Amino acid sequence: MNELPLLSALVAVPLIGAIIVASVRREQADVAKWTALGFSGAVAVITAVVALNFDYGSGAAWLQLTESYTWIGAWDLNLSWGVDGIALLLVVLTAGLTPIAILAAWRDLDSVQRSVPTFFALILALEAAMLATFLASNVLLFYFFFEAMLVPMYFLIGSYGTGTRRQYAAVKFFLYSLLGGLLMLVAVIGLWVTNGGVFDWQTLVAAEPMEAGGLQNWLFLGFFIAFAIKAPFFPFHTWLPDAGGAAPAAIAALLVGVMDKIGTFAILRYAIPLFPDATQTFAPWIIAMSVIGVIYAALVAIGQTDLKRLVAYTSIAHFGFIGVGIFAFTQSSATGAVLYMFNHGLATGLLFIVVGMLALRRGSSSIADYGGAGKTLPLLAGIFLFAGLASLSLPGTAPFISEFLVLLGTFSVNEPVAVVATLGIILAAAYVLWMYQRTMQGTRNPELDDVPAMKRDLTLREKALVAPLVIAIIGFGFYPQPLIDTIEPAVGNTLQFVQDAPVEAPAAGETNE
Amino acid sequence: MSEMQIDWAGLSPMIIVFGAAFLGLALEAAVPKRRRLPIQVSLAVAALAAAFIAVVLNKGKSATAFALGESAIGSVSLDGPGLFLQGTIAILALVAVLLLAEQRTTTGGDFVSEAAVVADSRADIAQRRDPGATEVFPLALFAIGGMMMFVVAGDLLTMFVALEMLSLPLYLLCGLAKRRRLISQEAALKYFLLGAFSSAFFVYGMAMLYGFAGTIDLAGINEAGVSSNEPRVLLYIGVGMIAVALLFKAAAVPFHMWTPDVYTGAPTPVTALMAGCVKVAAFGGLLRVFNVGLESSAWDWHAILMIIAIATMLGGAIFAVTQRNIKRLLAYSSIANAGYLLIGVIALGDAVGQTMFYLAAYGFTVIAAFAVVSLVRDGDDEATDLSRWAGLGKNSPGTAGIFTVLMLALAGIPFTSGFTAKFSLFSAGLEAGEVGLVVVGVVSSAILAFPYLRVVVLLWLNEPAPDAPTVNLPSPMAGTVVAAGVMATVVLGVAPGYLLDIVDKASIFLGS
Repeated sequence: MNELPLLSALVAVPLIGAIIVASVRREQADVAKWTALGFSGAVAVITAVVALNFDYGSGAAWLQLTESYTWIGAWDLNLSWGVDGIALLLVVLTAGLTPIAILAAWRDLDSVQRSVPTFFALILALEAAMLATFLASNVLLFYFFFEAMLVPMYFLIGSYGTGTRRQYAAVKFFLYSLLGGLLMLVAVIGLWVTNGGVFDWQTLVAAEPMEAGGLQNWLFLGFFIAFAIKAPFFPFHTWLPDAGGAAPAAIAALLVGVMDKIGTFAILRYAIPLFPDATQTFAPWIIAMSVIGVIYAALVAIGQTDLKRLVAYTSIAHFGFIGVGIFAFTQSSATGAVLYMFNHGLATGLLFIVVGMLALRRGSSSIADYGGAGKTLPLLAGIFLFAGLASLSLPGTAPFISEFLVLLGTFSVNEPVAVVATLGIILAAAYVLWMYQRTMQGTRNPELDDVPAMKRDLTLREKALVAPLVIAIIGFGFYPQPLIDTIEPAVGNTLQFVQDAPVEAPAAGETNE
Repeated sequence: MSEMQIDWAGLSPMIIVFGAAFLGLALEAAVPKRRRLPIQVSLAVAALAAAFIAVVLNKGKSATAFALGESAIGSVSLDGPGLFLQGTIAILALVAVLLLAEQRTTTGGDFVSEAAVVADSRADIAQRRDPGATEVFPLALFAIGGMMMFVVAGDLLTMFVALEMLSLPLYLLCGLAKRRRLISQEAALKYFLLGAFSSAFFVYGMAMLYGFAGTIDLAGINEAGVSSNEPRVLLYIGVGMIAVALLFKAAAVPFHMWTPDVYTGAPTPVTALMAGCVKVAAFGGLLRVFNVGLESSAWDWHAILMIIAIATMLGGAIFAVTQRNIKRLLAYSSIANAGYLLIGVIALGDAVGQTMFYLAAYGFTVIAAFAVVSLVRDGDDEATDLSRWAGLGKNSPGTAGIFTVLMLALAGIPFTSGFTAKFSLFSAGLEAGEVGLVVVGVVSSAILAFPYLRVVVLLWLNEPAPDAPTVNLPSPMAGTVVAAGVMATVVLGVAPGYLLDIVDKASIFLGS
């Protein structure tokens, strides 16, 4: 056990921050904003310390920096935390994106009569819950936060969202996720009953694998459907365009950039190691679903008339790539998929944030309300184009590496799938470039001249918040090696459960406790 | 002839409550009207607190209260589940009685003594000026005493007496509303007529079981299930009839028809008492009858009870979706919850503790929910129509926040007692092999989340109407009810370990 409970602190700090910010009086909006920013900054600092203490060597234990405190003994529910390479990357993403989202939402509430402290408290609560899901090493503990996370997100969409359909979107999001979560609950209980009352993840993974067959398949499906809804994979995706379209842009960045990754993260952390045989049984189906998702979502994205919905659909296409990468079960495709999760968070997060800046200026995110907007907003248009190109995986940006690894790994085992998925890249170019063309170039929409804000290019705050993302996207585009080195051991640990070579007793139980 | 031995200490909780009820009746006659309220309230509170302490002192007991020399007489079984449920009823009733005593939200309280007086006649105006109808407190105590007796009744006759004891005062209480008197009296009549029917079923079923087993003692009936040579059809009819009566009280589909009307029509504090305490008593009775009396014939009733559980879970949830009145919504939610609890009954011995935990957790949440309902008012009247609740979060964020927590708890979100209760009940169900029931329960929970969520949407995401209802600041009475309910909801959600331990130890029935 470490001297400092770093991982507990990662969950506790934003939670305490949420409580403090929530208790700020409504009139003192600035106090609330700065407090929230301070707490999210503190989380980022703790994350940096965690990253420095992490052992990147290949011989290290699967989970590191583990901590465990008994909570409800009768259910083997412990506050057990631990982090592997995949989780570390996603924690870094969360801790990095949250302060940026807070900054991006800084002025969103200036013109609406809503409580500012509550808004920022909800963001911090969401951050705490998301971090907890990445750090939990107890199945039931993970489930607690997996479900509890819905509540802040529900209010962020429903209460602070834009457009007339935000209530519908919030309820749809909540019910969809809750249904998935409850199916998972049955599987969680089923898992508990079959293995004799153990929820501790390390014990479960180290134990004899479950007998292949009916029960394992059902339990796998219970977990997988919950994660597929969260991710979302085609055909469980219909809530995302609504939620992404209705959420404030900064929240949408967190929703798609981080929260959806919990689905794919949990597939790697829970579904595959706990139910390896079932994973292999269903893998062809899941790959088929993912490929359909890549093509279908890209085609639908081309037809969208609203910027935020368009970006949401592009994410569904990208999650298709991630799905293919994971379930092709090769080291490079799975590494690429995890890298994709991280890079997609950067690129789509940036894209949503830029769309939010546009929408705040124009008062609308409908594509038809723009046209030739780049003339008065050169810098904003440039960042918009950059984010779009990153999202279509232009070489030189970070997502290119991940998409390339996914396709490379998949091609080595399943050529047709790789070929069809590659078509998705062409479609991605179509929707991104066409989106840029319709909004920023071409004949100028005369209505834009009546909106004074459309002549105000990026402010200092906005420059400050896009800069780290732009730097990260370019930086990791040219030098992804540190990320790959972080991911690879964890991916290898996961894949050993499903690769055809006879599986030896996994080394998962060994930790540095 | 050997001496009759009576365990007075074991009986003391019931004696205290019934004694206080009789004392309360006497006080009605002796004390002047203006001074009755504080005396009656403190008497009821003191009695229930004393009863709770008496239950706690009896903990660990597992014996019958009466014995003739060496041989026990099974009419009152003081065992783990019985005592736990007695304690639960006492503590929930203590909370609910405070709600009965709330007077600040409406002058003179929610009750009138002579509900039959024509509304707005001279006599009515006179009685409305009175400081409230204090006879509700002894009546409530009689009902509560009946419930406490119901959960320890070890033979069918005692059970029947307890059933009547708890029902008759409730019928009356339902009809004593000051506002909306017609629907209140309609509710009382409906509840009474259907309740009388179900009592008749109970007596008839008891006769059949006596014919089958030659005894009305639950343990004896269980033995007879294996050894009796009488025609088995007697057992089937008897079990069916008894189950009808008990499921009626528990509000299971298709015996639930009264629930929405009665929950809506009855004065809200009485509804809270019914939703919280009567549910505990009804399921206490069901658990005992099926675990102690009918375990040996489980194969005979298992399938039919399963169908009822599924119908209850789905029916309650689906009907709840379309409700436009908060009290009706909570009524249907209470039906769906009865369905989940039936999983615990069907799972028999493995799930007794978890079912009791669910009852306690649900009781606190639902009483607090009805307490909040009683605070949101249009002028003098409760604003029960959901459309009137729109935008409550804007004008009264505190109340809306509390109600949101309660709704999320009912929807079963983690970190609330709703989740821990569902988790433990469903896991007990799966352990007993009832996979199908648990899956239906989960689907039903997902459906039921929608109406709860709609309430939350209304509270926070809608704009308030210009003539929006006001939230009356509660007196310490209703304030305590809400605070206790919310605290229990959160504490049982975050740290349920202590109570889980207790129910685990208290889950063995005497004679099962």
